[in-house]
Amino acid sequence: MGAYAARRLLSVVFVLWAMTVLVFAIVHLLPGSVAHMILGEYATNQAIADLEARLGLNDPLHVQYWRWFSGLLAGDFGMSLTMDRPAGPVIWEALGRSAVLAGVSIVLVAILGIAAGIHSAVHKGSLTDQGLTLGQYFFIAVPEFFWCILVILFFAVWLGWLPATGYTPLAEGGVLGWAKHLILPVSTLVLGLIAHVSRLVRSSMLEAIESRYVLAARAKGLPERIVLRRHALPNALLPAITVLAVDVGILIGGIVVVESVFAYPGLGRMLVYAIDNQDLPLMMGGMIVITAVYALANLAADLLYAVLNPRIRVSGSAA
Amino acid sequence: MSATVAVPRRRLPRTLTTGLVIVGAIALLAAIGPWITPYDPDAFAVRSRLQPPSATHWFGTDEFGRDVFSRVLAGAHHSLLMGFGATAISLAVGVPLGLLAAFHRGWVEEVVMRGVDLMISLPPVLLGLLILAVSEPGLLKTIVAVGLVYVPIMTRVARAVALDLLAEDFVEAARARGEGAWYILAREILPNAWPPLIVETALRVTFAILLGSALSFLGLGPQPPDSEWGLMIAESRPFISEAPWIGLAPGLCLCLLLIAVNVVGEGLRDLLDPRLRGRGH
Repeated sequence: MGAYAARRLLSVVFVLWAMTVLVFAIVHLLPGSVAHMILGEYATNQAIADLEARLGLNDPLHVQYWRWFSGLLAGDFGMSLTMDRPAGPVIWEALGRSAVLAGVSIVLVAILGIAAGIHSAVHKGSLTDQGLTLGQYFFIAVPEFFWCILVILFFAVWLGWLPATGYTPLAEGGVLGWAKHLILPVSTLVLGLIAHVSRLVRSSMLEAIESRYVLAARAKGLPERIVLRRHALPNALLPAITVLAVDVGILIGGIVVVESVFAYPGLGRMLVYAIDNQDLPLMMGGMIVITAVYALANLAADLLYAVLNPRIRVSGSAA
Repeated sequence: MSATVAVPRRRLPRTLTTGLVIVGAIALLAAIGPWITPYDPDAFAVRSRLQPPSATHWFGTDEFGRDVFSRVLAGAHHSLLMGFGATAISLAVGVPLGLLAAFHRGWVEEVVMRGVDLMISLPPVLLGLLILAVSEPGLLKTIVAVGLVYVPIMTRVARAVALDLLAEDFVEAARARGEGAWYILAREILPNAWPPLIVETALRVTFAILLGSALSFLGLGPQPPDSEWGLMIAESRPFISEAPWIGLAPGLCLCLLLIAVNVVGEGLRDLLDPRLRGRGH
């Protein structure tokens, strides 16, 4: 187990390092000068030369990379080009707010998705099962950005129950004001994912219910409740861990869109802002932080999976 | 009670045919769209701006008085191009890579598969954003970016399929005849690898359309005055309370297309590979 964990941790470190190379390479090696890209097509030569000198863009690439990379290691993301303040604090503040959104969402997805999946599998063919299956088709296919528009239209414009956009810090608006701004973004984020998780849990639960060990448990004369809870459920839930890790990736994509629509000042909106305004330090730092979050979520899922599934502990490989 | 024995039927499932008909209809409308639009999709008519849906303007008009129905029609081909174009790119790049990795075990496989592992460990949207962030946005760039995002998955599937097939007797026979790598991959492996690849491709199209239109929505796809559906929805946001039809029309069309494509993908999967049933993404 220790060796497996160490190897997975090493691969996370490698992924993060490779991402720094990839981000740096794409930003600096593409045709066109970086200063030109930032200042736009009407910039004077003098302005471009000044900016290149200020950002050290005339240094050899490996020197520039090392300056940026060693800064990252020390927790320094460089100066934001548009905000006149270090990029680091901007990124951390945004990450904190996104983490709230993502944390609430993933907990809801896990609880509701697993519950709906189990319910569907145990009551296979019932009206609720058919309704859930139909709903899944629908929720998986509807794009998040269109959901945002629909919920804003319904709950903010027509019913007027909730604010359409914005964010109130906990200290200013109290719990109620803070939560009001979270309801619409979170519900947009979780609908598709709940459908995804419940669908996989349903099929793995069905597989477990139809398995021989469940048949054996029933043959022993155990009550159905115990059979489901002790024998079917633990085996059915194992794949759910992997699915939830995949969903963190989808959630990150959703957060970029949802934060932009709801004007929620998190990491996703910051990233889109940085891209729109060609704020390179902010953009590069934001991408590295998002990759790190995703890699750590996957690491956590793999380790949890290994702890719960003895086969991986022994053979030491996770496919 | 009479016991009936289920007779296996070799007929296309009804959901699959329904999906195919809807996708086909949208593709047809997208193809002939530019010729049948009742109004010029880009023509301003300030006098008739923000009009609700009516007999003259089926889907209403937008903030510049442009006919929303004409714009939706004119924009239909974008989503299809994104879905099928991007998937074609990921097939064209991913499948050869996967086959090569399966055939040349050793360092070729090592390099390809470590690259794939790396790309898969990045969230898909981030990869797309990274590619689009540093260049002028446009339809073609969005298609290429979305296509590249899904290359690693195609490579993985192709390699796994090829590894299974390489152990088969007919490949052994071809090797014994002295056939080269190219012949074996192109003539022995590829024709037999299609069913699982078609399944993966069909499911991928939905996600390619979703990702492509989300990137357009964020402003990283076709630019105004283009009428790509994601872009139209993004542009409708300031008018959401006074003229919700501007965003609802392209949004509902996009949902219809996505549901139909998804139904086709899942129908094909059930038809070609029942073992994979219930596996998402």
